[in-house]
Amino acid sequence: MAEPPLGPVLHIDWTRCDGRGLCTELLPELLARDKWGYPVAITGAPTARSDVAITPRHLDAATDAVALCPLLALTIVGSSR
Amino acid sequence: MSGTAVAGAIRPPGGLNRLFSAGQDADYRAHLAAFGALAPSSLTPELVDELARSGLSGRGGAGFPVARKVGAVSRHSDRLWARSPVVIANGAEGEPRSIKDSTLLRHAPHLVIDGLLAAGAAVGASKLYLYAPAGSIDYARAAARERKDARSIVFVEAKDSFISGEASAVVNAIENGIALPTDRIVRLTTTGLRRLPTLVHNVETLAQVGLIARFGAAWFRSLGSERDPGTRLVTVSGFVPQERVLEVAGHTSIADILESCGVPLDGVAAVLVGGYHGAWIARDNLTANLSAGGLAPHGARSGAGILYVLGRHECPLVASASIVHYLASESARQCGPCLFGLPEMASLLERLATGDREQGLRRQLEALTQSVIGRGSCHHPDGTAGLVLSTLSVFAADVDAHLTGRCLRTAQPSRRSNG
Repeated sequence: MAEPPLGPVLHIDWTRCDGRGLCTELLPELLARDKWGYPVAITGAPTARSDVAITPRHLDAATDAVALCPLLALTIVGSSR
Repeated sequence: MSGTAVAGAIRPPGGLNRLFSAGQDADYRAHLAAFGALAPSSLTPELVDELARSGLSGRGGAGFPVARKVGAVSRHSDRLWARSPVVIANGAEGEPRSIKDSTLLRHAPHLVIDGLLAAGAAVGASKLYLYAPAGSIDYARAAARERKDARSIVFVEAKDSFISGEASAVVNAIENGIALPTDRIVRLTTTGLRRLPTLVHNVETLAQVGLIARFGAAWFRSLGSERDPGTRLVTVSGFVPQERVLEVAGHTSIADILESCGVPLDGVAAVLVGGYHGAWIARDNLTANLSAGGLAPHGARSGAGILYVLGRHECPLVASASIVHYLASESARQCGPCLFGLPEMASLLERLATGDREQGLRRQLEALTQSVIGRGSCHHPDGTAGLVLSTLSVFAADVDAHLTGRCLRTAQPSRRSNG
């Protein structure tokens, strides 16, 4: 696997994700749902779809998504928090 | 050569027969007669510099420079904190069209063991593992019993599945008995088996290390090219008189390899290069050589050295559909986009292959590849999507013909099978 990019990213652990959709409701500007219900990054290269870049104004919502994901499928990586 | 070779009297293998130069089913005696013993002086951290000079790249698929991977493990090791690294020889070879690793473990197990011991010594490993399927592991075990220096190697049987050889699946299998990939946010070389820095190397890569440890980087580079030095093993299968493993120089052309296997080039439609996650190369481009530079323009990589030959009278869409169907069935079923996307991809391609003339099929397939790429914890969805895209592009004319109800290869209208 590739190392995640610099700067904070929201890492999706696909082995845990079950498509509950909470993250897509908290981060509608970053994540949409695919036809099976799984989160899909709206922006960024195809290679960054498991490590979605977070801008500072999304950091709080992303932190909530990590805490609230019922399957613990999300992590923030590369953040100084 | 006599059976009582003394160190110093050993000549490095000349010509293309390097890995198997101790002969078939080589026992320890034949191995020592051909290669000599591994000198203690070659079992040092300096081996990393020799590997860097050799330019050896991994032979398991990804083709990563070996010295860089070994260096990464060394950087994350720390004796003080009991973080000694682990080295794993990976002979799982899940690719159905590859038999080079099983061939190597059967005929040259001692060279693999040498490479594992040498890599272990170079990084100061605390544990050495050899991971291979049932058919191969007994040869390696028997070889280890013939020598005193291999007693520390732990043998772990690999499950016979496509993804059991994926590096994180290898670690998961050894640690937990589950041969499925795991999600990772740091590299295995940083934290792998039991959180120790872990080096997973293909068995052929290690056999090459066993040779470089003895004969050096300059000898290794005396065959192959600047960018693709040394030799590599390839498995040729499909439209070929006999499935074969060959040792070739790193920059040999596909056409030359096919000719040496007795394949008439004018009977070939295309060759799948790099295995089921690989890319098709059409007949007109078979002069391309196996080096990274030779294959890149065709969107291919030599990977684990797999060449699957498709004959002129076989429908490439039918062949690809059956491969994608197999890949879908080999999903670990852990990640949604792979679990749902791959079977859907297989079924769309099958419809195209069997004469469904719905004009939107191509576009739907392309869209589906885009919806799985980059969305899995391993590269299985990406590799499968890559094969589908390669099929649509290399065989674009076949797709066009199928959509008008004809097949270019089988000289008969493509028909929907009932069922």
